[in-house]
Amino acid sequence: MATSTKILSYIPRETPVHRLCGATKLIVFLVWTIVCMLSYNTFVLLGALVFGIIVFRLAKIKVSEVRFVLITILVFLTLNTIAIYIFSPEEGVKIYGTRHELFRFSSRYTVTQEQLFYLFNVMLKYFTVVPIALLFIVTTDPSEFASSLNRIGVPYKISYAVAITLRYLADVQSDYVEISQAQQARGVDLSRKAPLKKRISGLIGIAVPLIFSSLDHIDLVSNAMDLRGFGKNNKRTWYSERPFSRADYIVIAVTIIAGAMALYVTFRNGSRFYNPFLPK
Amino acid sequence: MFFGVSCFIFMDITTAVEFRNFTFQYRAQSAPTLYDINLTINKGEKVMIAGPSGSGKSTIGHCINGLIPHYYKGAITGKLLVDGQDTAEMDIFSLSRHVGTVLQDSDGQFVGLTVGEDVAFALENDMIALPEMKQKVLKTTQTVAMDPFLKSHPQELSGGQKQRVALAGVMVDDVDILLFDEPLANLDPATGKSAIELIDETRKQSGATIIVIEHRLEDVLWRKMDRIILMDEGRIICDNTPDEILSSGILRRYGIREPLYVTALSYAGVKITPEMHPESLNSMEVSDYRDVLMNREKQITPVSQPSPGSEILSFRNVSFSYDEGGRKILDNISFSIRRGEMSAIAGKNGAGKSTLCKLICGFIQPSAGQIMLNGADASGQSIYERAQTVGYVMQNPNQMICKAMIREEVGYGLYLRGVQQDEIDKRVDAALKTCGLYPFRNWPVSALSYGQKKRVTIASILVMEPDLLLLDEPTAGQDFRHYTEIMTFLQELQSQGITILMVTHDMHLMLEYARRSIVLADGKLICDDSAARVLSDPDVIERANLKETSLFTLAQKAGLDDPLNFIENFISHEKELRS
Amino acid sequence: MKINTRTIVAIGIGSAVFYVLNRFVSIPSGIPNTSINTAYAFLAFMSTVFGPLAGALIGFIGHTLTDATMYGSVWWSWVVVSAFVGCAVGLCQNKVNVEDGDFNSKDLLFFNLYQIAANIIGWGVLAPVLDILIYKEPADKVFLQGLTAGAANLITVAILGSVFLTLYAKTRTSAGSLSKE
Repeated sequence: MATSTKILSYIPRETPVHRLCGATKLIVFLVWTIVCMLSYNTFVLLGALVFGIIVFRLAKIKVSEVRFVLITILVFLTLNTIAIYIFSPEEGVKIYGTRHELFRFSSRYTVTQEQLFYLFNVMLKYFTVVPIALLFIVTTDPSEFASSLNRIGVPYKISYAVAITLRYLADVQSDYVEISQAQQARGVDLSRKAPLKKRISGLIGIAVPLIFSSLDHIDLVSNAMDLRGFGKNNKRTWYSERPFSRADYIVIAVTIIAGAMALYVTFRNGSRFYNPFLPK
Repeated sequence: MFFGVSCFIFMDITTAVEFRNFTFQYRAQSAPTLYDINLTINKGEKVMIAGPSGSGKSTIGHCINGLIPHYYKGAITGKLLVDGQDTAEMDIFSLSRHVGTVLQDSDGQFVGLTVGEDVAFALENDMIALPEMKQKVLKTTQTVAMDPFLKSHPQELSGGQKQRVALAGVMVDDVDILLFDEPLANLDPATGKSAIELIDETRKQSGATIIVIEHRLEDVLWRKMDRIILMDEGRIICDNTPDEILSSGILRRYGIREPLYVTALSYAGVKITPEMHPESLNSMEVSDYRDVLMNREKQITPVSQPSPGSEILSFRNVSFSYDEGGRKILDNISFSIRRGEMSAIAGKNGAGKSTLCKLICGFIQPSAGQIMLNGADASGQSIYERAQTVGYVMQNPNQMICKAMIREEVGYGLYLRGVQQDEIDKRVDAALKTCGLYPFRNWPVSALSYGQKKRVTIASILVMEPDLLLLDEPTAGQDFRHYTEIMTFLQELQSQGITILMVTHDMHLMLEYARRSIVLADGKLICDDSAARVLSDPDVIERANLKETSLFTLAQKAGLDDPLNFIENFISHEKELRS
Repeated sequence: MKINTRTIVAIGIGSAVFYVLNRFVSIPSGIPNTSINTAYAFLAFMSTVFGPLAGALIGFIGHTLTDATMYGSVWWSWVVVSAFVGCAVGLCQNKVNVEDGDFNSKDLLFFNLYQIAANIIGWGVLAPVLDILIYKEPADKVFLQGLTAGAANLITVAILGSVFLTLYAKTRTSAGSLSKE
């Protein structure tokens, strides 16, 4: 049973990246992920990755602080890449339209330059988002998050729902730990030692108390909020909101321009792939 | 002193809250919860609404702050005026400009990620501009002495601090009526005492009307109350000054515990009258009763020596910290529990009580020292194996219950252990009978009251036949009647040979039911003695955030030679009355 | 926009619970890469009780949070699917009566019809199509992946989601009809 409750979260520091407004970082994060999702252009992705790593240094985040997340994602990417190859060894050939075979394991499993380049791009595409997503999480004060969402146009009630998630996450997590321990004492065992039927029963044994005590909590918190006037107006102000500084405007402008350029480069010749195999 | 008179004179000027022939019935219920209430609370008054659970006292609170009918639906007849306005024409938002509510659960009320944000919550909803908001938040947090914690997260604050934040969060709106819903329920005795002081100071500073809903009378009366409104079964039984109510002896009849010194005096045959000012022991002249109090005493030897049973659990120099070399949550703890005992572990929040529980159950392992169960080192035993010896009952039954039906719930642990169905049935029946739940055996758990659910969780642990029952705050949030019910039940279990260890900061519980109290403060064991002695020791009381029992204060004020013996006498007399 | 506070809080706390269940309260099903995950049963349950908007947002916020804190990145394609499933199951809110204690096998049937449809369309169609569009992954792989995930979730919701709903409906029943024996 997973009892480690390690979680990636805000690491306060004094750096230019930390000083940017939450809304600015949110915009950068969104533009970035959209570009990385749309583009398959190797140069765009590489550029984004390199730039991400530079900002990462700027924020003075140590690799050791995010190591467990990096390991998880690398394991996932490796498995995913292997799976792609097993399912479709000729996918690269299909995409790039040429075939440069290097060697073969069997008649089905050949290794082509196109396939390798395609797999490299898949990994790159998945990985490019990582530095900036990590940065966004560890440099944004959770207190600022809801107001940032509201600032970029998310209705304030929904923004506040996110604030509630961040507020009660630790509480729910410690409820979980307590419930799970007490139920283990009653004999709940989710490990492979127990037969499947007992494990499913164990899932219920932990999930049900957690869910139902959370429902009590929902009523309580919503009463507390109603009593203090939540939702009485069409807007609200935010205590933890910070005014945009010049740096914020510059970063947002640069991000949007860079994003537009990246998309232009990507779609310039009708395909979002950069194709090195294309005869000139 | 002549409050009845002054009330009369000023009545026409302004009333804060006024119920006129007010009746309320919840939609899902077949009978009204409030019957024909007529009640006036004047501006600037400080009143307590007391009553057992189910008496309608919380419902009155919900009506005043607007949760009825905003959230709890039902049928209203009659009128309720708040600040002279008819609430039928107000919504919860306009009411919240007049009434600020501090809820019982200060964690639930703490909706912001930090203190500053939480206090600002109402201002944010009012679209107050940032500079003004910051200034108001700072000013209000200063009045409750929380301004150094503006950036703190709720997880870093104590229960008392969270309550201060909750108070600031409603005061920031400049409300003129403050409603406290069971403000003492989750606090240790010393923090509860300062909460009452804080409420008193708030009134003095702001002039606000104060309404405190509580059943813990003695603790509330730590500071002067203008009136007590006693409720039972949806009606107002009595509405009078504390002196009058305490003299009438009416409280006991309605399941409210009167202050212990009042009870002790009446046991001794002293007739309590309003002229004695029983509302506070400080204002009472008790030295006249020295002889009466002395007369009743017989010599009782306190029971602090260990019981003769064999050792069932013992800690040998146990320390615990989360990180190696980090702060020690528990430091060199040694004690032992013998078979058949009923003892308490006490101490303020954060003193390490829950860590101690987790160590006993094997949820965490000691960093140093040894835990022995039934004479054997427990370090190699898994959580599951330890559960054969120690049965752990959580504070909140809703965190344990996972089945729809009572029988299934009680039998769940046996099912997981792979016990045969007919054997399960037999043992479940036995446990249900022990817990007085047999008549309900085919009911859904959800149909039970909170106290009955607690019994279900105890039954679901007893069914596994542990030697030791470990209970976390077994009576938290219970009124006197339910408290007595649960504790009498635990005593019955003890008489059947089950060893009972309770984690608590309820001083009455320690005093009346625990043979011994093990007291923790800042991770150290500072006392292991009879509860009467613990609660008369100023040093232990101070370090463990407890409160001196008023029995001791009474004995001292009356000049008794042996206050401890006086307390022991009181307890044994109470026991006789119960049985 | 008129959403009541209770729904907002249900979205907020629901997302936190979704996250905790997703991370800690699931077991491998025996088929590689698929698990019996209580989070999706919980999502279906919350959608039914609080409606499509709450369902969509709990799926969206809860999934984003899990991705972000576990993998340090967010795969919007699958996040969108969680939101879709939450929303789609939530459409049964008016057909399934859990609040008044009138809950019966017909309600359970409707709940399951909606959740089966939602899971098949969400995981079996939407997820793979988005994966192909965004990541250009091979079709066979993503369809197989989506279908196994969908099937696992469908079965989990059928078993656990039905249990949660039944228990919840019981808490809404009054005790009037019960007698001691």
